[in-house]
Amino acid sequence: MAINKNRRATVGAIAGATALAATSTIALPALAQDRKLRIGLMLPYTGTFAQLGEAITNGFKLHVAENGGKLGGLDVEYVTVDDESAPPKAVENMNRLVRRDNVDVVVGTVHSGVALAMANVARQTNTTLIIPNAGADDITGSLCAPNIFRTSFSNWQPGYGMGKVMVDRKVKNAVTLTWKYAAGEESVNGFKEAFTAGGGKIVKEMFLPFPNVEFQPFLTEIASLKPEAVFVFFAGAGAAKFVKDYMAAGLKNIPLYGSGFLTDGVAEAIGEVGQGLITVLHYGDGINNPKNVAFRTRYASTYKQQPDVYAVQGYDAAQLLAAGLTAVKGDLSKKAEFHKAMSTAKIDSPRGPFTLSKAHNPVQDMYIRELKGRDNNVIGIAVKALADPARGCKA
Amino acid sequence: MDFPSLLIQLLNAVQYGLLLFLVASGLTLIFGIMGIINLAHGSFYMIGAYVAFVLASATGSLLMAIAIGVPLALALGWLLEWLVFSHLYRRDHLEQVLLTYGLILFFEEARSLLVGNDVHSVAIPELLRASIALTDTLSYPVYRLFISLVCLALALALYLLIRHTRLGMMIRAGSHDRDMVAALGININLVYRIVFALGVALAAFAGMIAAPVSTVYPGMGGHVLIISFVIVVIGGIGSVSGALVAALIIGFTDTFGKVIFPDYAGILVYVVMAAVLLWRPEGILRRG
Repeated sequence: MAINKNRRATVGAIAGATALAATSTIALPALAQDRKLRIGLMLPYTGTFAQLGEAITNGFKLHVAENGGKLGGLDVEYVTVDDESAPPKAVENMNRLVRRDNVDVVVGTVHSGVALAMANVARQTNTTLIIPNAGADDITGSLCAPNIFRTSFSNWQPGYGMGKVMVDRKVKNAVTLTWKYAAGEESVNGFKEAFTAGGGKIVKEMFLPFPNVEFQPFLTEIASLKPEAVFVFFAGAGAAKFVKDYMAAGLKNIPLYGSGFLTDGVAEAIGEVGQGLITVLHYGDGINNPKNVAFRTRYASTYKQQPDVYAVQGYDAAQLLAAGLTAVKGDLSKKAEFHKAMSTAKIDSPRGPFTLSKAHNPVQDMYIRELKGRDNNVIGIAVKALADPARGCKA
Repeated sequence: MDFPSLLIQLLNAVQYGLLLFLVASGLTLIFGIMGIINLAHGSFYMIGAYVAFVLASATGSLLMAIAIGVPLALALGWLLEWLVFSHLYRRDHLEQVLLTYGLILFFEEARSLLVGNDVHSVAIPELLRASIALTDTLSYPVYRLFISLVCLALALALYLLIRHTRLGMMIRAGSHDRDMVAALGININLVYRIVFALGVALAAFAGMIAAPVSTVYPGMGGHVLIISFVIVVIGGIGSVSGALVAALIIGFTDTFGKVIFPDYAGILVYVVMAAVLLWRPEGILRRG
């Protein structure tokens, strides 16, 4: 029963209106001289992930604006679709963008279930797809294709990075806990791979059904197992509740580690008890390269709010697209060359420069971050240039 | 599992069960006595939590927030019964489901417009912020024990109200034969309005008191609603003491299920429900 879905936020209403405006512009015959670049933005603009969709859109449009509204010399026009983070509607929405609206490129989305369906359609229709968030390993694993790209991360990556950090910190054994769903399991698998390779021992793997938040029995279990550390994957409201419950249960003596989503966007809700938490992610606060500083300043002055990891991922999706288009001088008929140029591009991201793996997932540094106030301050690098193993990718 | 952790898990189970009882008791009253399937019951829990967040931020005290919030919840229930639910008694269940589902969407949207979609937390009152050390690695937050005590006290109060007061007698009679009670000169509409307001207030109070430990987030009513319906069905529709027994059963099943059969924890609660229904289709404590 999908009763807990928050139907239509104000943001959504506005996004819906823009979508209407965008789709009603009549597609002009594609004359070579005034050819426009049609970009389909298929992102959540309502529901739990609405703010993430908005941040990605903002980041993307910021880079387009930096290029004077053009990418690869082509004027850009958008077709916006609210995917509602609803996997059952994903294929239909994606087909509409590709077949009816004739977009050249699709950018989306946040929810992995929706993104997997989008990737399937993209494979069948050879549509260029850039995924600005969804972390499902399969997208750049068994579903990899020459026309599918990702500018965010694979679930495996932050987990693996954290495993490495715990080995470096001489942790001998650990308990893992996550929701029993793809993102959680893939993150824990990444963690286990690095942790056991470094000689660490998994005392117990624990799961709870998604999105159950009654953690007390697990905390009691952890207290009686007395591991040296605990690794978890939680995100959003559940993450905030978990950290608070963990600390309230007096488990402070057993260090808690997690993928960066444990503290991203919920630092305020976690509050005082979460100070000093160590997490690993491909972005964080206080990355001191000129690109990041410039990006943050411009983003803040354009949108009157601070950018987050999602805004960076959207920004880089536009950068990646620009790199491909520039290489073919805006000639979209040279699809193979266009994709080739994207796959070999070096992206100067606010997170630091990255390239793409053979399966088109970022090969990127994994940062160690410490929660201080409301910031996840970068205090070191867990793994430099970490590539997802892309298991099952035959491209 | 060693003995101390077994005891602590028992405590977890009872504490979780009692909190579920608080939400389910209102649902079973409304369902059993008024015959209304109220899908919006989870929303009242959500509203309670958000009211606690807003008022606690404004007044700086959760206890003050509850003191203001509970009368507000009673008023909301009173108003809703008058405006909306009083039109539903003679309608079939499908129309009730449609209308109350609409209310869920309405309340979620109102919440989004008024407070936004962020995750919030509510501070535990100063007095109850301590923890009791149980073993060298585990302590138990005093606030969770406090919740359990409050739930127990409310369960007792509800029992006394329904079994030993004149109003309780009217409520019980009304659930059996609405028309006969009305014929005896009792204002049954007023009785229903009181029951509904009480049910809303119980759910909202559960949301308020749970806010510090559960955090406050969009859609938080959904999970609570489903598990509450499970409790109502297991306990016997309309039976408050049945709901108490059922809530404790669910608390135990969920807690020990997670520890002993982690792979099946998600379905175990429903397996128990199916088993109870096979054994006693009317629920554990349903009287004819």
